[in-house]
Amino acid sequence: MAGHVLVIEDEPNIIEAIKFILSREGWNVATHSNGEDAADVVRAKSPDVLILDVMLPGRSGYDILRELRGDAATQALPVLMLTARGQTKDREMAESAGASRFMTKPFSNAEVLEAVRALAPA
Amino acid sequence: MPRDTLTGSRIRERRVAQGIKQAALAQQAGISASYLNLIEHNRRRIGGKLLLDIAEALNVEPALLIEGAGAALISSLREAASDVPAVGAEVDRVDEFAGRFPGWAELLSTARQRIMALERNVETLSDRMTHDPHLATSLHEMLSTVTAIRSAASILAEPGEIDPEWQARFHRNIYDDSARLAETSRGLVTYLEADDETATETGAPQEELDAVLEAAGHHVPELEQNASEDGALMRLGDGVSAPARTLLKTWLERYARDAVAIPMDQLVPLLATHGPDPGALTKVLGGDPTRVMRRLAAMPIDVMPDPVGLAICDSSGVLSYRKPLPDFPMPRFGAACPLWPLYRALNRPMVILSLPLVQQGRAGAGVWAEAVAMPVGEIAVNSDPIFEAHMLVRPMPRDGEGAAVPADVGVTCRVCPKIDCIGRREPSILTPTG
Repeated sequence: MAGHVLVIEDEPNIIEAIKFILSREGWNVATHSNGEDAADVVRAKSPDVLILDVMLPGRSGYDILRELRGDAATQALPVLMLTARGQTKDREMAESAGASRFMTKPFSNAEVLEAVRALAPA
Repeated sequence: MPRDTLTGSRIRERRVAQGIKQAALAQQAGISASYLNLIEHNRRRIGGKLLLDIAEALNVEPALLIEGAGAALISSLREAASDVPAVGAEVDRVDEFAGRFPGWAELLSTARQRIMALERNVETLSDRMTHDPHLATSLHEMLSTVTAIRSAASILAEPGEIDPEWQARFHRNIYDDSARLAETSRGLVTYLEADDETATETGAPQEELDAVLEAAGHHVPELEQNASEDGALMRLGDGVSAPARTLLKTWLERYARDAVAIPMDQLVPLLATHGPDPGALTKVLGGDPTRVMRRLAAMPIDVMPDPVGLAICDSSGVLSYRKPLPDFPMPRFGAACPLWPLYRALNRPMVILSLPLVQQGRAGAGVWAEAVAMPVGEIAVNSDPIFEAHMLVRPMPRDGEGAAVPADVGVTCRVCPKIDCIGRREPSILTPTG
């Protein structure tokens, strides 16, 4: 399977691990670690799937996602949200912001792989 | 029913407790059983020799029969009733209750004190969990590090060959992340290890400062003698973290300037005339009313038997100093009640607001508060001033009760039962609907 995945996450070693497991499966993986200009990076890269952390320096993942959902070009982009908080209200916030999937840290590599495969356009 | 009319009830209670028949006691006291019956039902007053005889027969101090339950117990029971007004406890009969059932009354009072202590613990823990940015950041960092370790370890554990360069990289990542995890978790454990005895032991510099000042009674004797603040810093700053020490140094420097500007021997005689009224004292002393407030808060208990409380916040509303009163607690973490005059003062800088306050869920006459916001630093061209607000809370003055309708405020939203409050930020843990 070939496709483009953009990972926006500020923890470099998580980025590295996700990049490794996805690349090994044939995905082209781009990464970014700042929230402030993240929406612009998404528009510029046009990924097939976006993996987006909630707590990012500069801007929250929820805010970024809301902006993306308001833009026709990224309205339907599959987004997997990552967060350290697994409370119901966090899940609801992710859903209301427009997340396609929600994953709580610490997640496993298999879970990430499965989610990306499921979210990728056929 | 006033307490001195309940002597009969207390006689009956003592007699029954000792298993003495009414007729037997009456005979010992030289009165008829029917007359003793009237006394025991508080239908006849009793005093003089008859009281002494009955007290002797019951082997109790006469004063115990006259005075009954302690004032503290009565006060505690009244507060218990006011905590839950919906129950409709017969407050007008509290003396009778305490007199007739002293054991149950003591139990109720003790239970209430325990509830209050538990509520304080809940408040502290709830505030810490909800508002503490240090805790939230630490937990997030730990979970992210665990995720990175788990991902890298699972890649290395998978069957099959991994490029040696990647292998080395993941090994290094695991090593680095585990060291980071150890450091973060150690800090977190230290932070959370505060038990009842060490409730003041904390991880945030501001909390450390609060604990140091509380232990010192907010009073620094050496600075009252114009000694340098270095000695006080060495004494009070022993064992605190470097950031907390920086805060303490700044606080001591301000204390020293305040003590020079308003020495104790100038302030103390004025207290006899004006009481701890910062408005009146500022009028006499001149200068900055916030300095007067800080000086009042720094007075030792032997000078001011009824201490005052003080809260200071910056323009963002964050409390930078808190000296609570038993009748006016202040949140240890997070933001206080937005209805406090402290915050209203920020809307009306350089005006001293003076008004009575009552905190939700607390009995008693309430407190009197003065609040004022003053600019920080020098006035500069085209530069908006930053304001700092002070709020002094003091026991209700004698002429204060009834002088104005007290403002109804809380401690912080999480533990405030007030319903339909315009200032509510978040639901209360005390009401199901918040």
